Amino acid sequence: MNDITVHGDLAKFLAEQEGKSLLRFLTCGSVDDGKSTLIGRLLYDSKLLFDDHLSALEKDSKKHGTTGGDIDFALLVDGLEAEREQGITIDVAYRFFATEKRRFIVADCPGHEQYTRNMATGASNSELAVILVDARKGVLIQTRRHAYIASLLGIHHVVLAVNKIDLVDFAQDAFDSIVAEFTAFAGGLGFTNLVAIPISARFGDNVIEPSPNTPWYRGPTFLSHLETVDVESALAEKPFRMPVQWVNRPNLDFRGFSGTVVSGRVRKRDRLVVAKSGRESTVKRIVTMDGDLDEAVAGAAVTVVLDDEVDVSRGDVLCEPTARPEVSEQFAAHVLWMTDDEMLPSRQYLLKIGTASVLATVSELKHKIDVNTLDHLAAKTLQLNEVGYVNISTAQPIAFDPYHENRDTGAFILIDRFTNATAGAGMIDFGLRRATNVHWQALTLNKRLRSAIKGQRPAVLWFTGLSGSGKSTIANLVEQKLCGLGRHTYMLDGDNVRHGLNRDLGFTDADRVENIRRVAEASKLFVEAGEIVLVSFISPFRSERRMARELVEQGEFIEIFVDTPLEVCMQRDPKGLYEKARAGEILNFTGIDSPYEAPELADITLRTVESAPDQLALRVVEYLRERGFIL
Amino acid sequence: MSDPHLSHLKRLEAESIHIIREVAAEFRNPVMLYSIGKDSSVMLHLAMKAFYPSKPPFPLLHVDTTWKFREMIQFRDETAKRLGLNLLVHINEEGVKRGVNPFDSGSSLHTQVMKTEALKQALDKWAFDAAFGGARRDEEKSRAKERVFSFRTATHAWDPKNQRPELWRVYNTRINKGESIRVFPLSNWTELDVWQYVMKEGIPIVPLYFAKKRPIVERDGTLIMVDDGRMKLANGETPDMRMVRFRTLGCYPLTGAIESDADTLEGIVTEMFTARTSERQGRLIDTDEKASMEKKKREGYF
Repeated sequence: MNDITVHGDLAKFLAEQEGKSLLRFLTCGSVDDGKSTLIGRLLYDSKLLFDDHLSALEKDSKKHGTTGGDIDFALLVDGLEAEREQGITIDVAYRFFATEKRRFIVADCPGHEQYTRNMATGASNSELAVILVDARKGVLIQTRRHAYIASLLGIHHVVLAVNKIDLVDFAQDAFDSIVAEFTAFAGGLGFTNLVAIPISARFGDNVIEPSPNTPWYRGPTFLSHLETVDVESALAEKPFRMPVQWVNRPNLDFRGFSGTVVSGRVRKRDRLVVAKSGRESTVKRIVTMDGDLDEAVAGAAVTVVLDDEVDVSRGDVLCEPTARPEVSEQFAAHVLWMTDDEMLPSRQYLLKIGTASVLATVSELKHKIDVNTLDHLAAKTLQLNEVGYVNISTAQPIAFDPYHENRDTGAFILIDRFTNATAGAGMIDFGLRRATNVHWQALTLNKRLRSAIKGQRPAVLWFTGLSGSGKSTIANLVEQKLCGLGRHTYMLDGDNVRHGLNRDLGFTDADRVENIRRVAEASKLFVEAGEIVLVSFISPFRSERRMARELVEQGEFIEIFVDTPLEVCMQRDPKGLYEKARAGEILNFTGIDSPYEAPELADITLRTVESAPDQLALRVVEYLRERGFIL
Repeated sequence: MSDPHLSHLKRLEAESIHIIREVAAEFRNPVMLYSIGKDSSVMLHLAMKAFYPSKPPFPLLHVDTTWKFREMIQFRDETAKRLGLNLLVHINEEGVKRGVNPFDSGSSLHTQVMKTEALKQALDKWAFDAAFGGARRDEEKSRAKERVFSFRTATHAWDPKNQRPELWRVYNTRINKGESIRVFPLSNWTELDVWQYVMKEGIPIVPLYFAKKRPIVERDGTLIMVDDGRMKLANGETPDMRMVRFRTLGCYPLTGAIESDADTLEGIVTEMFTARTSERQGRLIDTDEKASMEKKKREGYF
């Protein structure tokens, strides 16, 4: 029906290709419902298979096929080796095909329970869901789950494909009762368009051509429905939103904000507002490499230049002043859990919405939802593939829209900060304002919350090493870099401690121990306040460093050994102390007449003879980033 | 997600630009793998668009097997110069020393050492935490399941059973030290899209894509171009001048030509519509063993 040949006018053909609309849909069903066979047949019948694919298919059909030597279309789409051996689809695969009327991207999603997350993945970028049912088995628990997840992810268009209709002798009764059962269940799921079609993917009935075997069915064939269904989401007519991805600054004369317009439109001279700060400005230029635009609509990737020097950075959302998104640090949302480690309320996750990343906790799990019955169940945690209704609080306010109004600005993912796994997918329902909400007060003020406000995890960076090893130099650089990243720090060193808090202490072993004890206790207080504390002390004894480590929570103490050989320190002798010590003017000087016990297992060892202080300081910052102390 | 106001290609373009910008914004040390082919040319063009008027804030990397067509290398150097970009070239010198080559070592070992191993060496050498590749999901079955942001372990391994779910356009870019992400901005493009875009945007491509008389020998039904004196001819084997072009480009001894008269872009696109053979067929390395692409990808191949 769709053999593409070019007779003469190539330009006209290309223009037609360009003008075609795109439908992204997903197929979901249980094992053996025939999803892959259906997609394989669409590819086959729309003549989009190349000869080498076909000959490979014929060969494979004989080897792995389940159709007794006939062509097994499922083998076309079951891509991974492991799947071919097991005969099941285990991950989302994307397929492309086109007809004269439309282009299609199909997300082929697995049906069995442990891979619910894959269906959500496919649904998140689809406009229509095809739910397959085996005519012999009818509506199964999985069918209900697929319908619910499609609805949860905001899909309004559903095709119920009753497959293997040949195996129930093309009986209308069987079809009607399945449709009735499905409709009864799906009635409350908010689908605006539900079409049921009896098909046989294997033999092609009602897939592309109407089947003579089902004279009682008068609706569209599967493909003709997909070609004509109207899924216009009218994104361009929604309020303007553009999450800023990247600040474009090639030189001092140009400062633009690069991003994708996710909804609405923006024109030159439009007034815009930065959602979080509320600062307004006017669009001066809409820049692209193909020249400036007068207008950019939803879907376009552009760079916007504003009239004023407004403070805008990655994660900000540009929007129209008369229809702003909500800005809040508390909201209610549905969350689908996607990782093996269960979701724990009060645990911190990294929340990513649009281009913004913030620390977040699930402040309350209201209930979980049985995806098979839609019942609400009390729960303390969410396991893999479970859906819950939660309140979330973020460390900083974020800009968002309810998911049902805007899929881009209402969707988020939760990332496990230790495994980096994509742990949850969330769809925001509505914002919770502090004044009207009791959950905020339920949070007691503690170290976790104090540090969450600062967007960091507290830590003690304990720099130990000989006098003149470079501890304070590096610690100062680390603090400057952290400060530059907007992190909250405090430095404890000889200068601000020995002259005040520890003025009464000398340099005997006992006084050295007391000195360290007080510094450790002081740093613990700063850690309670949520700060990253930098301690720069010779601290020559292992036992005192261990005492300091044990005062704070596990993982909060980072021992940094500034490893400089004594000869080098003596050579440097920045304060002339070694000279005085050797002359006997200073007693109990570490390295001269008092021992230094080097760390056996420092968390970080910095060798100052090998690298410059700035590089070493960078390593410390990197360490903090890798361990999730800072973002 | 579709919008009536944007054409199909504009939509694909915008999606790719979005992905490329995300990488620049979220990674410390990204790199764009540049393989000189048409897909790389399109990807590079998109990167130029993504950051305009700035230049792409990352270098290009070419993993040179030393067996690429000479015209490819010339095109590569001209392109980097024309666009004013930093081009890094890496060769697996150890492989060269061991004398690995596509004729004596076989395509499988040659690809493993000079391409896959070389790529890993290069990624380690410069400690890149993200690498763009021009792969498309429509190319091959195991590619169809690839994420846009595809996680790799510290040993560059891909675990197809344990991929991060990827929802909406929110990409999880978090990695630990040594780990990396391969990013595929052209995931949703088809071969036809690529050619249409090349045509529409006037993107320069290597002349090898256009039909021309070239010295050809036929081996096991595959047309191999004799690009330099390193190709040993069998007894009685003499190169014929034949009108051919290439649908994909790689190492010349491993890249089959097709007979064609298409010496213009229009001709190529017209030929494509009527073609009944998919483009990877010209690559000898794919047919080496069953599910070979998936296996290579697990081992770190792009």
